Amino acid sequence: MRVGVLYSRIRKDEKLLLGELRERGHEVEKIDVRKERFGLDSTTAAVGDLDIVVDRCLSTSRSLYATRCLDSYGVPVVNGPETGDVCADKAKNSLALAEADVPTPATEVAFTKDAALEAIESFGYPCVLKPVTGSWGRLMAKIDSRNAAEAILEHKETLGHYEHKVFYVQEFVDKPGRDIRVLAVDGEPVAAMTRSSDHWLTNAAKGGETESFDLDERATELVEKASDAVGGGMLGVDLMEVGVEAEADTAETGVDADGDGTADDYTVHEVNHTVEFKALDAATDVDVPARVVDWLEAKAVELADDGEVVV
Amino acid sequence: MTSDTDTLTAEDPITGEEIEIPADVEVGEIIDSPVTGTELEVISLDPVVLEEAPELEEDWGE
Repeated sequence: MRVGVLYSRIRKDEKLLLGELRERGHEVEKIDVRKERFGLDSTTAAVGDLDIVVDRCLSTSRSLYATRCLDSYGVPVVNGPETGDVCADKAKNSLALAEADVPTPATEVAFTKDAALEAIESFGYPCVLKPVTGSWGRLMAKIDSRNAAEAILEHKETLGHYEHKVFYVQEFVDKPGRDIRVLAVDGEPVAAMTRSSDHWLTNAAKGGETESFDLDERATELVEKASDAVGGGMLGVDLMEVGVEAEADTAETGVDADGDGTADDYTVHEVNHTVEFKALDAATDVDVPARVVDWLEAKAVELADDGEVVV
Repeated sequence: MTSDTDTLTAEDPITGEEIEIPADVEVGEIIDSPVTGTELEVISLDPVVLEEAPELEEDWGE
């Protein structure tokens, strides 16, 4: 098949993906979105006879507009723009999960410093303040006191960009020193890992230690529901264990509240639409790029059968 | 400018020094300068041209 890859930066993740595609004999069209123009019915990008386009844009804004344009032209693109639209915005993401009855941390959105402070006080301390867009744990704040809350809100109010005046306040989930990242394709888990850290942010991008994780039935069910909630595709679903307390000396094993050795439940805090997988590929025995390409091959057939018209 | 089967040589755009980079680099790939540690973007392969990579922007991520 002919596969387009939207990008502006080739990371290890894209390198793995490109390697697997070429190894299987697929023809790859790398599309650097920085060099292209996107009109109302066509683009300068060479998408004319592609069987599928994979969005690997590092920049969320480019990802959203480029996929929206390609979709409008009838070019089969994954993930689709609707999925990106929901996943790129934490408020939309949380709403979609809640609407689908997927357990997710309690969240409030406020538009002024005073209203945000009320939200923070109602959650109590600690609680969490996040930007509605952004990734890798950037600008996330765990708020431990009213003094800290006032200072952080003032800083955000003066940062300039209007999105910083959308205050996304969330309960603090006392996870057992780790969270769980699952890469799923249309709801089917490909691989899962824990990300552990002494810091409250456990993102791999923040240096969290990674380890392979076996999903139980409940986690698998939630991954499928979370994927459906945002429109499906190749996704990074992030879960936290509930009812498990970290042991004093290690985050690797937990002691749960009811003593049965497992999490009582999970809460899904985020679904990511341009998921990175190099850490997952290294942490697990799963050949992640191979599984991703398996899915792309099937998806290209599925989208062709659905009658996507290529311009 | 292949120096052997595993590496290419290119000019570091920051220092002007000749540096070795992996031979399997892609256009658009980001590599760390072995001299300064600065992130460099591969602009072209024939000839190999490197530029200082764009700085992190607020909407970058997953």
